[in-house]
Amino acid sequence: MNTVVDVENLSLEFRNGEQRVHALDQVSFSVARGETLSLVGESGCGKSVTAMAIMGLLPKASARITSGHVRMAGTDLIGLPERQLQQIRGNRIGMVFQDPMTSLNPVHTIGMQIAEAARRHRQLSHAEAMQRARRMLDLVRIPDAGNRLTAYPHELSGGQRQRVMIAMALVCDPQLLIADEPTTALDVTVQAQILELIADLKAELGMSVLLITHDLGVVASTADRMMVMYAGRIVEEGPVERIFARPSHGYTAALLRSLPGHGTGRRGTLTEIAGTVPRLDRPIAGCAYAPRCGFAEPGCSASLPPAPEVEDGHRSACIREAAVFDAMRDSPIVRSWR
Amino acid sequence: MSALLSLSHVGKDYPLTKRGPFQPRRTLRAVDDVSLEVAKGETLGLVGESGCGKSSLARLIMQLEAPSRGSVSLDGADLAKLGKSALKRARRDFQIIFQDPYASLNPRMKARAIIAEALHNYRLGTPAEIAARVEELAQQVGLGAHLLDRFPHELSGGQCQRIGIARAIALKPRLIVADEAVSALDVSIQAQILNLIIRLQSELGLTLIFVSHDMSVIAHVADRVAVMYLGRIVELGDTETVFSRAIHPYTRTLLAAVPTPTPAARGKRSAPAGEMPSPLSPPSGCHFRTRCAHATALCADEVPALREVGGRAVACHHAEALYQPKDASEVVHV
Repeated sequence: MNTVVDVENLSLEFRNGEQRVHALDQVSFSVARGETLSLVGESGCGKSVTAMAIMGLLPKASARITSGHVRMAGTDLIGLPERQLQQIRGNRIGMVFQDPMTSLNPVHTIGMQIAEAARRHRQLSHAEAMQRARRMLDLVRIPDAGNRLTAYPHELSGGQRQRVMIAMALVCDPQLLIADEPTTALDVTVQAQILELIADLKAELGMSVLLITHDLGVVASTADRMMVMYAGRIVEEGPVERIFARPSHGYTAALLRSLPGHGTGRRGTLTEIAGTVPRLDRPIAGCAYAPRCGFAEPGCSASLPPAPEVEDGHRSACIREAAVFDAMRDSPIVRSWR
Repeated sequence: MSALLSLSHVGKDYPLTKRGPFQPRRTLRAVDDVSLEVAKGETLGLVGESGCGKSSLARLIMQLEAPSRGSVSLDGADLAKLGKSALKRARRDFQIIFQDPYASLNPRMKARAIIAEALHNYRLGTPAEIAARVEELAQQVGLGAHLLDRFPHELSGGQCQRIGIARAIALKPRLIVADEAVSALDVSIQAQILNLIIRLQSELGLTLIFVSHDMSVIAHVADRVAVMYLGRIVELGDTETVFSRAIHPYTRTLLAAVPTPTPAARGKRSAPAGEMPSPLSPPSGCHFRTRCAHATALCADEVPALREVGGRAVACHHAEALYQPKDASEVVHV
């Protein structure tokens, strides 16, 4: 298969003295060339840690990868010396973060900041790099690019700052763009603009996108495939239209049901997810979601559920998947996809 | 229908620092000529994007800012005309829930003290009575009694928001302003807090002003909705009327931009052109005209007044033409 990056059995823990937090548990997935893969889940589920692990950006002192590989064109990025990793980071993988204000350096012009990666990775002269930065601003549709090069981040609107972040991430023509909640801090109309820009650039440049989001609407509008993550594990994955049409994990179902405005009726009671996320300081034997799951039976907590294919390319780590789908069959969201 | 809260031609200007000694003094008009009424027990949704003035309006209602023009009245009494002690008494009737559950709680106070603070301020009972009331409030908002002796940093976002809600209802207010109260929360927690707010509203007979940028949240909780753009209300009416067949081009733009988890969203191109103009120099006439497909010369010359079209109020010169009852293609669902 033509993949850009392969993540295989990635497990990661954070250590703080004697304390351990199992942040990722046997995470495996691959991003195909030209596809948008979306990683969905709530705060603390391990979405951003996955992205940071791929980029090798986690603090070495506390984060320890206990198993697994991240392969890109045959090279395993795990355990790669920092110097070699720097050749890949920002060059073959670009990354866009959530908050454009705190990710941009306030004391440098945006032209300098975009040119920096080009100078570093492509050994361009200052003038060539600034030329390239200018073309990048055109590419991300910032009007009057020539004059904007000398602007500072505070002179731009939130949407323009995120465009600059995208320009920085794409300056070296990466094969993979990792976008970690790129529109969460933006207004809906600006969000729509940025999502359209990412989709357009993906097609123009032929890159792949790993889109991290908590918003199922964003997933539905932009992604080809999706993975649902809970407590450091991928619990369901598959093509977007298959998962929405046949949600097959108790947690995916709960996420869909807690959305306001879909079948609950105005001011009707929204489905809450009972309880809280599990503590990750000790390994969880069975399904991590079982204690909060309305579909759980004793077998769920006994051993780690396998993740068989429910249908072509659609896997779910849920032994109650048939019951889940039966309960979700009449949900207006699910019906709209069938 | 009796109005609990009424705003009459409310405006708020913020003066900005001069750019130089001979430069004119500039002002930012955050809220511009807003008039509306909120009935007892009703939920009014206030939507719009950053910088539209919705939070400024919330702060004016809460008397955290004095309006530059117009008046804010609660039960017929103009709040600006009250003396200091009368205003303090009146404040018991209107309380606010803030967006960021961590930032809005004092990190050095335990949950118990945060909830009790207002009760102490108003000397509502002996220490023993207040302690009992705090436990009762905690129970009302679904906060376990064992959490009352924790500091905010020891609690989750949802738990902190429950403290914020307990604090807001402690004085038995009649009006609550929820300023982006669920925006910082994950969907499953958001569902819990929305359910809680709706339940408390009916139990306590509260009037609610719900400020949010999230259209699906507003569609869920609000009876009526006011859509704001650059300080002005552009459309105001029953939530179902406005959201099922929006008239104002900005309302339509906003609704179309919301990504929905339905197949209709796939590959949909709904982003509007351009950016919101700077509130420092908004376009003349209708503020939205620079981004509007229907704009004409009239839109640049005259500020459109809010007027009744299609069962709601709209501030658009072309409202009649845009309101075509039979045209199903314009119907937008959230």
